Amino acid sequence: MSERSRRTLDGIVLDERVTFTLHELSNACGVRTELVVEMVEEGVIEPVAQLDTEWQFHGHSLIRAQRALRLVRDLEINWPGAALALDLLEELDRLHSR
Amino acid sequence: MKFKDYYEVLGVERDASKDDIKRAYRRLARKYHPDVSKESNAELRFKEMKEAYEVLKDPEKRAAYDQFGENWKAGQDFQPPPNWQREHAFRGGTESFADAGQFSDFFESLFGQARGGGFSFRSGNLRTKGEDINANISVPIEDAYRGASRTLTLEVPEADSGGAMTRRRKTLSVKIPAGITAGKRIRLEKQGGPGMGGAPPGDLYLAVEFEPHPYYRVEGRDVHLELPVTPWEAALGRKVKVPTLGGAVDLKIPAGSSSGKTLRLKGRGLPGNPPGEQYVELKVMVPPAVDEKMRELYETLERAHDVNPRAKLGV
Repeated sequence: MSERSRRTLDGIVLDERVTFTLHELSNACGVRTELVVEMVEEGVIEPVAQLDTEWQFHGHSLIRAQRALRLVRDLEINWPGAALALDLLEELDRLHSR
Repeated sequence: MKFKDYYEVLGVERDASKDDIKRAYRRLARKYHPDVSKESNAELRFKEMKEAYEVLKDPEKRAAYDQFGENWKAGQDFQPPPNWQREHAFRGGTESFADAGQFSDFFESLFGQARGGGFSFRSGNLRTKGEDINANISVPIEDAYRGASRTLTLEVPEADSGGAMTRRRKTLSVKIPAGITAGKRIRLEKQGGPGMGGAPPGDLYLAVEFEPHPYYRVEGRDVHLELPVTPWEAALGRKVKVPTLGGAVDLKIPAGSSSGKTLRLKGRGLPGNPPGEQYVELKVMVPPAVDEKMRELYETLERAHDVNPRAKLGV
């Protein structure tokens, strides 16, 4: 069965031009905020700037957080392990795109 | 439905210990995890091994699965025995994050939720956000320059009237913003799998990749082009036409250029703040001496200026 949607969907590009609050990031990842706080404390993702008392994250942090969640769940590794894997994978991507 | 040989999927013997199974899964998972692997069939392979591990790591599920014995081969037609659901009440819930509807019909028939009976593996009362879907979208460089809309077809999970998960094909039209670069991700909210228990649907994430182009190569926002020129255009310095994503422009080649010389067309790459550049690398093409006239001209050149381009190589 196939359904064609008539209107063109307008997504957002997850780059440094979009930001998410802690709450929005947790929602997008489908996890509790405590888990996102843990990721920040373990250095998996980094907030860009603290506006008043609230953290702001770049679009890229959402991608990183989701990948980290999958790696921790599926490879049975811990947060620092996931952070290291992500750093190396991103470095590899940079080298490949040259 | 087809029987699945979970031992074969993980490459372990039927009498493998719990530790052997864990080791085999972890080794394969590192190789085939879709976030890590570059293998083309990684996602499919990984789903299979995750399903196999889900069963074999759990003594209760493994014992139930082992009842089918080794006479069953992967791919054989299979139906669960009658009363299976009544005899086996599986308490699943091992998933730490939302991940429903990922397993095969074979798995669901043995360990999943039986409609109108049995024990639910994914409790229907749970309020769970729908599955996020990750997909790639291949974009021509021209579309990334101008912005465009692209259609793509995806398999998305869907809850049928009985609440069971099926997958169906869905065609979407998606806006590609001008200036997007390869590796970027576009998030389309609520275009993923349906939520359960009144929770919102999941989201769709599209990873952008560029279609290979016959003559442009893109790095970030910069566009690279190899431009063929004749020896006399390169030697004398001539104005030539150069294609750019925004249309052809004139480029003055400096006199005395050789192959490899790279010229920059400022701001002619992909749009952005700042926009990318277009880099033009000259490649001197030598027309062959096809007739007597050409031959004479080359010989005149040779006599007039007998240079040794290999002097630096010491020969």
